[in-house]
Amino acid sequence: MIKWMKYRFVYLGISLFFLIVGAYGVIKWGLKLGVDFTGGAVVEYKFENSFSTEEINKKLSEKGFSVNSIQKAGIDNYLFKFPPLEREDKDKILLVLEEILSSDVEELRFENVGPSIGPELIKKTVVAMLLSTIVILLWVALQFKSFKFGASAILAMLHDSLILIGSFSILGHFFGAEVDFLFVTALLTTLSFSVHDTIVVYDRIREYQKKEGGDLKVLADRAISETMVRSLNNSFTILFMLIALILLGGSTVKWFSVALLIGTVAGTYSSPFVAVSLLVSFDELGRKLKGKKILFDFFKSRK
Amino acid sequence: MLQISTPVKKTLLILFLTIIATFISLPNQIPVNLKLGKIDIQKNIVRPDINFKIGKFEIKKSFNLILGLDLAGGSHLVFEADTSNIDPDDVGNALDSLRDVIERRVNLFGVSEPVVQTSSFNGKDRIIVELPGVKDTKEAVNTIGKTAQLLFAEVPQSTESASFKLTDLTGADLSKASVAFDQQKNGNPVIQLQFSEEGAEKFEKITSENIGNPLAIILDNEVISAPIVQEVISGGQAVISGDFTLDQAKQLSLQLNAGALPLSINLVEEKTVEAILGTESVNKSIKAGFIGLSMVLLFMILSYGWLGVIADLGLIIFGVITLSLYKLIPVVLTLPGIAGFLLSVGMAVDSNILIFERYKEEKLRRNTQDALEVSFGRAWDSIRDANIASLVTAFILANPFDWSFLHTSGPVRGFAVTLASGIGISLFTGIYVSRNLLRVFVKEKKK
Repeated sequence: MIKWMKYRFVYLGISLFFLIVGAYGVIKWGLKLGVDFTGGAVVEYKFENSFSTEEINKKLSEKGFSVNSIQKAGIDNYLFKFPPLEREDKDKILLVLEEILSSDVEELRFENVGPSIGPELIKKTVVAMLLSTIVILLWVALQFKSFKFGASAILAMLHDSLILIGSFSILGHFFGAEVDFLFVTALLTTLSFSVHDTIVVYDRIREYQKKEGGDLKVLADRAISETMVRSLNNSFTILFMLIALILLGGSTVKWFSVALLIGTVAGTYSSPFVAVSLLVSFDELGRKLKGKKILFDFFKSRK
Repeated sequence: MLQISTPVKKTLLILFLTIIATFISLPNQIPVNLKLGKIDIQKNIVRPDINFKIGKFEIKKSFNLILGLDLAGGSHLVFEADTSNIDPDDVGNALDSLRDVIERRVNLFGVSEPVVQTSSFNGKDRIIVELPGVKDTKEAVNTIGKTAQLLFAEVPQSTESASFKLTDLTGADLSKASVAFDQQKNGNPVIQLQFSEEGAEKFEKITSENIGNPLAIILDNEVISAPIVQEVISGGQAVISGDFTLDQAKQLSLQLNAGALPLSINLVEEKTVEAILGTESVNKSIKAGFIGLSMVLLFMILSYGWLGVIADLGLIIFGVITLSLYKLIPVVLTLPGIAGFLLSVGMAVDSNILIFERYKEEKLRRNTQDALEVSFGRAWDSIRDANIASLVTAFILANPFDWSFLHTSGPVRGFAVTLASGIGISLFTGIYVSRNLLRVFVKEKKK
């Protein structure tokens, strides 16, 4: 049997490395926030004629509109991003575009978000994350009758969320991935997936503890060996679905699927290698402290 | 005597359930094009809707998938209400009546299933309006946001400057406004007002005090007309004549009927999706889902052989049941919702994988059938604990009790609802369906 836990500091080291890379990204580039957070307008137009971005920028700024970005979002579809618009601006911009392109321009999607929505979204997300974390911590601690189990599971979960956030700062910087409403959803789903996986490994440890007992480290090695194939297979099936969505699902769900994918991979890794590693470390630490305490008590009673 | 073992019975029950679910899941019309030699069948099979009466109960159900705004096209508008001038204790009531008035105005559009809901968070009070199929938001925003405040003012003749003295008669005293045509003049459209009993009394009093004087009719801070009062008018009927076109008159009477907004509102968010874009998204998601699903099915067979075939069967039953539940509840399907469903497919296989991996171990120690039973029993603990943890998050995301400190927005909820129902159904298909199918098949294999 593989002695997985012997190398647990290597796993924790790998995690730490990714966390640092992510933290570096967040500090250096921050997150590329979408209109849901910053406020602003996103309009998806459809037109067949080709155009030069510069010309459109120039013409629109002559009329007093600044274009933040223009992205291709399909064969003839283009995503335009503006700062928050007034109601009348929408039609004016359409007219300007039709003039430049001298063709019909179809407005497929129009999103205009005021600046007051963003802070609310962040607050609600934090509340949702805290609430899920607390409930899951209590549930795991209760089911496994140990606070150590709960705390390790929660830390692994936090690890996955941080990795996801870090990845998006890097993806945002290099590939323009934006953090929006759907990213928030993906983040919260990652929490649940992470714990889902961790509990499966924990359950094996609990079973052996009941049946045979013994050193947690040895039990953890066995549990990881026996759930490894299941973990991988389960991740594969979810990955199949997500990869299909990324490649074929269209622009709206592309980054959402990428976020879920990163969450799934991180969640699969963190269950045996972060949660269980931490659990075993906590257990050893606890016993060392307890040992010292007994020794201490022993001396105290001698006095 | 014929004896049917329980697993067989249960399998028959599963079969029955699946047939019903398939029936509901199928699209309303299925075109059939068959060419076999000389036989040429070309027709549409139409699934009949349920529509019958049992005593007093009329059961009507059309089993159509309800698509959200992002898939079906439509507008999502968020208004912020200005509650700064209101006693904090009254904000709730004011918002409720604001919602009612907006709801009445929205209903004027004749849109099917509009949604008007309030959402308050951190002192910001919002009204969310969803209008499926409406693309021209300009008209919608105008109609919703119009104040349509009707006032009547005396114009005292004694003073030099023409100043107004507002009366206590307002649009609130109206019981009905309608469009009529001016019979005396050139048949111009006019707005006919019918006051409530109380309003009629007020109107009678005002007219009796102002004979010979003009009475100004003010709509949205604009004097529409100021007819001279000829006589005391009792009975509570009045006419507003102005230079209205027929459309304007209709619009005004609609607004007057709908009532004035109790709070002033301001548009803070607007999202419009064209139906074509929605259809495109649906098609792409279906394609992605189909390919993803085929890969999962193939993977299961490659990894677990005939056990995988059973798991695949369970997975297909899972898909069919889920789809039929979406139609029955009904769940409003959005793009994130589809993603949630596809993700739950991945999770649905998980229970099977857990059990099969366990089975591989147990088989070394017991005979096939016992090993299966033991695996199901043992795997159940972890399946239960793990899925409850997932359900907790889905529950918090779905926010079924409309807690204001959590997300109340459509996309997050759409995702959570499909994910949660997916997890729930996967517990049923993963444990009950696969288990009984396996029991039946394993037995037959032994014989």
